Amino acid sequence: MAPKTVESIAEATILFAGDSGDGMQLTGSQFTLATAYAMNDLATLPDFPAEIRAPAGTTYGVSGFQLHFGSVNIQTPGDEVDLLVAMNPAALKVNLERVRKGGSVLVNTSAFEKRSLDLAGYEEDPLENDSLDGYQVIRVELTKLTREALKDSPLNQKEIDRSKNMFALGLALWLYSRPVDPAQRWISQKFAKKPAIMEANLHLLKKGYHYGETTEQFVSRFEVDPASLEPGRYRAIQGVHALALGLLAASVESGLPLFYGSYPITPASDLLHTLSRYKHFGVMTFQAEDEIAAVGSAIGAAFGGSLAVTGTSGPGVALKAEAIGLAHIMELPMVIVNMQRGGPSTGLPTKTEQSDLLQAMFGRNGDSSIPIVAPSTPGDCFEAAYEAARIAVTYMTPVILLSDGYLANGSAPWLIPDVSKLPPFPVQFAKESLSDEEFRPYVRNKETLARPWAKPGTKGLEHRIGGLEKQDGTGNVSYDAGNHETMTRLREEKTDRVARDLPPLEVYGKTEGDVLIIGWGSTRGSIEAATDRLLAAGRSVGAVHLRHVNPLPLDLKSICDRFTHLVVPELNNGQMVRILRDRFLLPFQSLTKIQGRPFPAGEIVSFVESMIDGHTDNG
Amino acid sequence: MADDKKPAGRKPTLPPGMKKPAGPAVAGSKLPPGSKRSPGSKLPPGKRPPGAKRPPGAPAGPGGDGATALTRADFSTDQDVRWCPGCGDYAILATVQRLMPEIDTPKENVVFISGIGCSSRFPYYMKTYGMHSIHGRAPTIATGLKASRPELDVWIVTGDGDGLSIGGNHLIHLMRRNVNVQLLLFNNQIYGLTKGQYSPTSETGKVTKSTPFGSIDHPFNPSALVLGADATFVGRTMDRDPKHMKIMLRAAHDHRGTGFLEIYQNCNIFNDGAFFEYTEKATKADRSVFVEHGKPLVFAGGSKGIRVNGFKLEEIDLEGGKWSADDCLIHDESSVELAGLIGRMFRSDSLPQPFGVFYRVSRPTYEDQLHAQIKDVVDRRGKGKLEELLNMGDTWEVSG
Repeated sequence: MAPKTVESIAEATILFAGDSGDGMQLTGSQFTLATAYAMNDLATLPDFPAEIRAPAGTTYGVSGFQLHFGSVNIQTPGDEVDLLVAMNPAALKVNLERVRKGGSVLVNTSAFEKRSLDLAGYEEDPLENDSLDGYQVIRVELTKLTREALKDSPLNQKEIDRSKNMFALGLALWLYSRPVDPAQRWISQKFAKKPAIMEANLHLLKKGYHYGETTEQFVSRFEVDPASLEPGRYRAIQGVHALALGLLAASVESGLPLFYGSYPITPASDLLHTLSRYKHFGVMTFQAEDEIAAVGSAIGAAFGGSLAVTGTSGPGVALKAEAIGLAHIMELPMVIVNMQRGGPSTGLPTKTEQSDLLQAMFGRNGDSSIPIVAPSTPGDCFEAAYEAARIAVTYMTPVILLSDGYLANGSAPWLIPDVSKLPPFPVQFAKESLSDEEFRPYVRNKETLARPWAKPGTKGLEHRIGGLEKQDGTGNVSYDAGNHETMTRLREEKTDRVARDLPPLEVYGKTEGDVLIIGWGSTRGSIEAATDRLLAAGRSVGAVHLRHVNPLPLDLKSICDRFTHLVVPELNNGQMVRILRDRFLLPFQSLTKIQGRPFPAGEIVSFVESMIDGHTDNG
Repeated sequence: MADDKKPAGRKPTLPPGMKKPAGPAVAGSKLPPGSKRSPGSKLPPGKRPPGAKRPPGAPAGPGGDGATALTRADFSTDQDVRWCPGCGDYAILATVQRLMPEIDTPKENVVFISGIGCSSRFPYYMKTYGMHSIHGRAPTIATGLKASRPELDVWIVTGDGDGLSIGGNHLIHLMRRNVNVQLLLFNNQIYGLTKGQYSPTSETGKVTKSTPFGSIDHPFNPSALVLGADATFVGRTMDRDPKHMKIMLRAAHDHRGTGFLEIYQNCNIFNDGAFFEYTEKATKADRSVFVEHGKPLVFAGGSKGIRVNGFKLEEIDLEGGKWSADDCLIHDESSVELAGLIGRMFRSDSLPQPFGVFYRVSRPTYEDQLHAQIKDVVDRRGKGKLEELLNMGDTWEVSG
């Protein structure tokens, strides 16, 4: 057998797809871990159905894990897939369109039998006709090979078949020259108490790896050099974990105990799971009876002087709206995390979207503008969470942290922050008073307009707050017409003043020119990837990304003024674009994608090119 | 279901590895289930000795140690009370304000939390910490506050609409968690603040603004509802009997766990006289029975009593020679079965309406367990270090 050649590539996108029960999320995350050890830059997109165990073999039961990695700067989980690993016909059917022309498709041929083809809706076997022309098809009898490899194992047939993902993982690790020992260590730990399963998995992993060496189907394997990342210590992190750590860091730095009240909801539940493990940090987690109780408990904890947080997704925010308004009028600090998902209503629970922006801006009764912070990458969730907490306490206001499903579940290398360099987080509670004078809970700080945070238990500060309009200064109930207008304006002004604290915006690419791409939240990677391609093509393009969605940064207008065209790509039907048009009265163009997936950078590239070349309808 | 009625073989209530919360010794917990006490017993189950509510090490406050004797006036705010003249809420406010100087919590540790409705204006008139929140949600806010600040003395003020309709879900979950707060349910069987619609405690057939042909809704019996949710303290009193009300308020307060107290409260504008049968002089003695732990259920000046007949309760005449007080049911606050019987004496033609403490048992509180669990994890793992946590798992170094 001829020795395999090694081909060096800069980047690749791989997609593992199979049944919900095929262990694709696990396979993907182990491949991610190996890729982190190979020191590549990476971005992941886990993509799974809302059903826990959809009927086997169906297209709606397909679960996928996409990973884009390379020696170059990786900003997105990949527009197009280089290698699709399809465990069954349904996985092939659902995902083939994502594979680039000329890309590879590794299929488990053992699964391509009549019943599975029928379930996937194939009238004829795609491996037998010309439907895969133009792709490199790698045929592997995964199930058969797995059974052969484990013929002496004490495991039963079902358990053996369920292990075939380890064979696939081993093969994929070989193909891209990834280290195999991180997965070996993980298996050994995970199944330490189930030696038969541990042995079977380790054996299959090795068999898969060796299969790559021996099969004639591969003439070469790939190698991806380490990425040139900023020096420091890294770990691969999912956005939801970074967000939890950011909240925890805010608690540690401020000295405020962290209270998290939440009700289970996809994709925010992992935040509850993660924080509930931090009991040794004194973190209090409360699984409430419903979304309203979750936010209510956080309001109670905020009144008591905790760093209060509630987390949910869009439908949950809808239920919490009245209580968020209460926190706004009572001017208590808290963070409301929204892990956005496809909506409206239950919508697409496991898919990502940015369609709760207007809900965050306006989804309450009355005039109630509250600060909104939106993280842009999985790692940025840490800083954004810290920042949201800091704003909440500094300005005595609820703050919405607008993350999304892609950020929550996606992973990326994360430069572990230096704790000693976190922004300072001072907290000042109102001090006990021995005077006979009534405490005035609505006297404001001249700079921030924040009212004092007076905790129950503090002598002499007994006071009442509530949902009825407050008299300026005293906080007494007031129905006075002029006072209501004053208070409404004060509350809005307080939110607006957050903008004074914001660092200057950084423009990616050209700082003036033909097109400015304005983004917010999780589309940052796609937008910057598109900008890179446009710049490489000689286009005069810049991009600006908004972490602070409300209030908008004060320097945004002047940056907009330096470009001829303005475009706002969003994963919704055009929400930020309305806010910007309303605010600046400039001809922002909308570019939208509403498919429950991250924005393909290529679409931004073509749109911007046609803008410059004058093909775009200015509507 | 009460603690002591757990089926055999079930795991203990506390999670594994958790220590029993450090709390004052509970006299009642030593009694076997259903045991009777001698009449006049001063310390029924669940009742704490005075001073128990203040956590160890908490500073003595002016309300507690008698250093400066506070009076009712110290608990009255300068806000005009805006209830309708003649409203039953005035009597409740006055009684609570009178009770406050007698409880041993420092004044600054007292917090009143309410929802929306006439009763929910209550916190504005109490010169303590307070929050007038949103409709039905006071239990959720109180839970978050008490869970995070167990040393505070938290009172929830709610009404039949606020607590049982829009906030019904939170009310039952508060009971099962047994958060150590007091919940005062001002029941007037009507929506007052929205001007007279029927409430979830209004009787069937009631003609109101929203039911011109009579209500077809079956009403809740609040006592039975919270007993079903495993409340650990269930009591009832009335606005027209401030003396009894004060004793009940104190009992609910001193209970370590959720103290549920229903207060019959007359709305003289929209539902005048809803409880007069039980509260007014002419009929009160015959139509109301005041239950006390260890004492027989007698009423009508001792001329009538209640006995158990099979699975039913029946009224007996103690003056005809056939029955005596010895035949009467002896109240036992620790018996969930008895609580069920008494709690279900509800708007019956043949039985009087019960008042008093129907049920009182000891069960670990939510916040005690929460903090015991945190302490346990800290003891086992050591206090968490942020830097270590950030650097945990698989990491790698990129050199410059």
